[in-house]
Amino acid sequence: MSRRAGRTFLLWLLAMLAGAAIAWNSRFTADMSFFLPAHPTPTQQVLVDQLKEGVVSRLLMVAIGGGEAEQRARLSRDLRARLAAMPAFLSVQNGESGSQDADREFLFRHRYQLSPAVNPAHFSEAGLRAAIGESIDLLASPAGMMLKPLLPRDPTGELITLLSQLNAGAQPNSRAGVWASRDGERAMLLIQTTALGSDTDGQEAAINAIRSEFTASAQAAGLADANLELSGPGLFAVNSRATIKDEVTRLSLISTIAIILVLFAVYRSFRLLALGLLPVVSGTLAGIVAVSLVHGTVFGITVGFGAALIGESVDYGIYYFIQSGRNGLASWKERFWPTVRLGVLTSVCGFGALLLAGFPGLAQLGLYALTGIAAAATVTRFVLPALTGDDVRIRDLTPLGRRVGQLLGTLHILRWPVLALALGAAGLLYQDRAALWNPELTALSPVTQADQERDMALRADIGAPDSRYLVVIQAPSREAALVAAEATGARLDRLVAQGSLAGYDSPARFLPSQAAQAARQASLPTAAELRPRLQAALVDSPLAANKLETFLSDVERARDLPPVERESLTGTSLGLAVDALLLQHAGGWSGLLPLRPGEQGIDAEEIRNALAGSGALFIDMKTEFDKLYNDYLAEAMQLSLGGVAAIVALLAFSLRSARRLAAVMLPLGLAVLIVIAGLHLLGERLHLLHLIGMLLIVAVGSNYALFFDRAADEHALAPETLASMLIANLTTAIGFGTLALSDVPVLNAVGVTVGPGAILALLLAATFVPRKAGA
Amino acid sequence: MSKRLVAGLLLACFTLPALAAFDVGQLMADLARHKGGRAKFVEKKTISLLDKPIVSTGEMSYTAPDRLEKRTLTPKPEILLLDKDMLSIERDKQKLSINLANQPEALAFIDSIRGTLSGNRAALEKNYLLHLSGTQEKWVLTLLPSEQKIAALVQRIVVTGSRNQIRSIEYLQADGDRSLLSIEPIETR
Repeated sequence: MSRRAGRTFLLWLLAMLAGAAIAWNSRFTADMSFFLPAHPTPTQQVLVDQLKEGVVSRLLMVAIGGGEAEQRARLSRDLRARLAAMPAFLSVQNGESGSQDADREFLFRHRYQLSPAVNPAHFSEAGLRAAIGESIDLLASPAGMMLKPLLPRDPTGELITLLSQLNAGAQPNSRAGVWASRDGERAMLLIQTTALGSDTDGQEAAINAIRSEFTASAQAAGLADANLELSGPGLFAVNSRATIKDEVTRLSLISTIAIILVLFAVYRSFRLLALGLLPVVSGTLAGIVAVSLVHGTVFGITVGFGAALIGESVDYGIYYFIQSGRNGLASWKERFWPTVRLGVLTSVCGFGALLLAGFPGLAQLGLYALTGIAAAATVTRFVLPALTGDDVRIRDLTPLGRRVGQLLGTLHILRWPVLALALGAAGLLYQDRAALWNPELTALSPVTQADQERDMALRADIGAPDSRYLVVIQAPSREAALVAAEATGARLDRLVAQGSLAGYDSPARFLPSQAAQAARQASLPTAAELRPRLQAALVDSPLAANKLETFLSDVERARDLPPVERESLTGTSLGLAVDALLLQHAGGWSGLLPLRPGEQGIDAEEIRNALAGSGALFIDMKTEFDKLYNDYLAEAMQLSLGGVAAIVALLAFSLRSARRLAAVMLPLGLAVLIVIAGLHLLGERLHLLHLIGMLLIVAVGSNYALFFDRAADEHALAPETLASMLIANLTTAIGFGTLALSDVPVLNAVGVTVGPGAILALLLAATFVPRKAGA
Repeated sequence: MSKRLVAGLLLACFTLPALAAFDVGQLMADLARHKGGRAKFVEKKTISLLDKPIVSTGEMSYTAPDRLEKRTLTPKPEILLLDKDMLSIERDKQKLSINLANQPEALAFIDSIRGTLSGNRAALEKNYLLHLSGTQEKWVLTLLPSEQKIAALVQRIVVTGSRNQIRSIEYLQADGDRSLLSIEPIETR
């Protein structure tokens, strides 16, 4: 090795070491932020916050099966006791009686601060007569059975008012005293983790704790056939991460082994094999380093994409070895490198378009691939020659090239059939254009169908909230947020009264603003004031005023109760309910008011009108998600078109001939058409990543078309050039094709599109090469 | 000889019930033949806390075997509907639904009236000891809870009636409060 070569190698090694150090210290993540918008609108920000930190993202649903109802109930109680003692869980609910005593006690003690019915008129003679008369009427009804013991202390029915707000949602079934599934065959628990939904490690630890405590509990009970089913956003996150981790390793391994086998079969030399892998290793590392430096974190899916990059970046080494083996280094630099460079640039254009994506996952894939390819090409051009010198002894591939040439040379007879096929494909796609695309963001989700179905079943069994409709308010302080929640609540109350809304939750329900509490307390009369009013109000009533002494003393005491604060709610499930609806963030406080749709569903326009001018924001999570995805899709469409336009512009500039440009672009366009129509026929619903795949067919496939175009200059492609193209095409197809084995939809879509697309691009380029240039 | 004996035994079997005194089995058979109908009701609740009883009135209708609707008109409109194991109460635009399978005590309570209406002896005897007195024309069926959990709610239930028509149901609650439901059938053609 010459001194210059040594210096080059040393530089490369230093760069690699630095890159390895950065990669080693990079943060890798496999959570859903891959899919969340990089620059969210205020509405989308609510969506993102809910997904990352919202209560719904921290709920785990658990079903216990096996044994008899009584045995399941015992297991459920035991599991609840075990988990409730652990700091990893904020709340563990199983519906057992007694678990809500603390809530009721709190509501009863603070009923005059919490009840929205409390105002001066409520305690006037007429107000008392109406409220107490109502309570007595209620005694006549079976619903009044529970009220009877409370009547002497709460004749105006404040607790009933509060409880009717609390229990508005559907309650799960119950068997043997604990919650049960609809068919009664499983005991159900609803668990809220301390870890945020975005804390996948925390979710994993919580899920493992639930599983191991359940196993211990079932063993202690001697119940061998007891089983546990679990679902929730936390489990999705944990499973997705495991899938992605597993896939990254598996796909990279498959891709690497397959490509090494191909290369060794061609080179028959360990030295050339090792040298040939140099650009691959450099490209992969450079990609990770660039993403880590620019984005801060590297998504697992991005690394998984490396499997494809391996197949693409190995091509440059192949071109170099095979093409320079026969003609020498200087000749390669002069004759072939410009074509390779143009190919690299078209690929860079394709991937570069993705950099502008607001979909962070896409921007990362683009940056990763772009950097990787540029690095691999640079290493091929500047490091490999220094290391090999002129000594590229490669076995003679001319016979292979000749055979390939003969084969490709016969392809031109397929021109008309191919055109007819492409025309048919275009017709099919046009005809089915409405059914081509999958309009749901879940199309990209790595959550399996089975997991989704289990989640739906458990959710229906337990009646877990889905929080699809939210009203969100922003305020600088907690008190201001609560005041705003009360004002918004008053507007929503009108919709409830009209029947267009079944109800809503509000953080101010159990934690009213200090102002509202003070106003309520100020409207409470003293016992001395209240006594004559009560006597007057109850003159004709079956209830004698002298039986209500405890009511008088309770009202008197309530006047001086300290205000209810967040801390007062500690130890009740109401505290958690308030925390779920009142969030502090850097800019202040957000209040959430989840809406319960009435029987006719939600009329978004009506709710927006009711909220107009209040500053409160109505959000339909599902619509927002679909809108988010459609924004991504529209953006991907623009980026793909922009990428193709950039490639066309680059080629037009380099080739300086409309005819040559058309000859390069035609096979690529046909390849895209045929692949997409093929996927459609196989039943694939296209999504965003298929679209990106189409762009990559053009970006990657143009390399082959360019070699054929160059051949037009030289009137024939040398056999070894053909051989190198065949092998490079094979490795590219292997790299992208490996992604087709993935269960992660993002990777799978790119794989099934680009894998076949790359092969087709080569074949069609050969088919449509100008006749006299054929081998 | 033996043939005549068998015939005699068969005859005895067929005629025996008619000869015996009016019993629970016969009442239940009568009640089970009742396929439903409409009635006016007056319910009088005597509650120790209140100086005078609360009276509510309305209409009820029954469709055998497990649908009962009780429509209170005074003092305050309310609809109570029992359909199989779903109990729903509608009042003041508010609707409350309870799945009775989740509430064994409430189910036992409801079964006392439903079991009587449909003549379902097995359902009644699951939770109550039955005692019948009077005649087919004017009978009194007393239900005493056999389960501690139900006895904690209700001491005794007394149902009176004539043939397959129930005329009154009286609940004596564990705390001494009482409620008397008087039923006046509405004749339908």
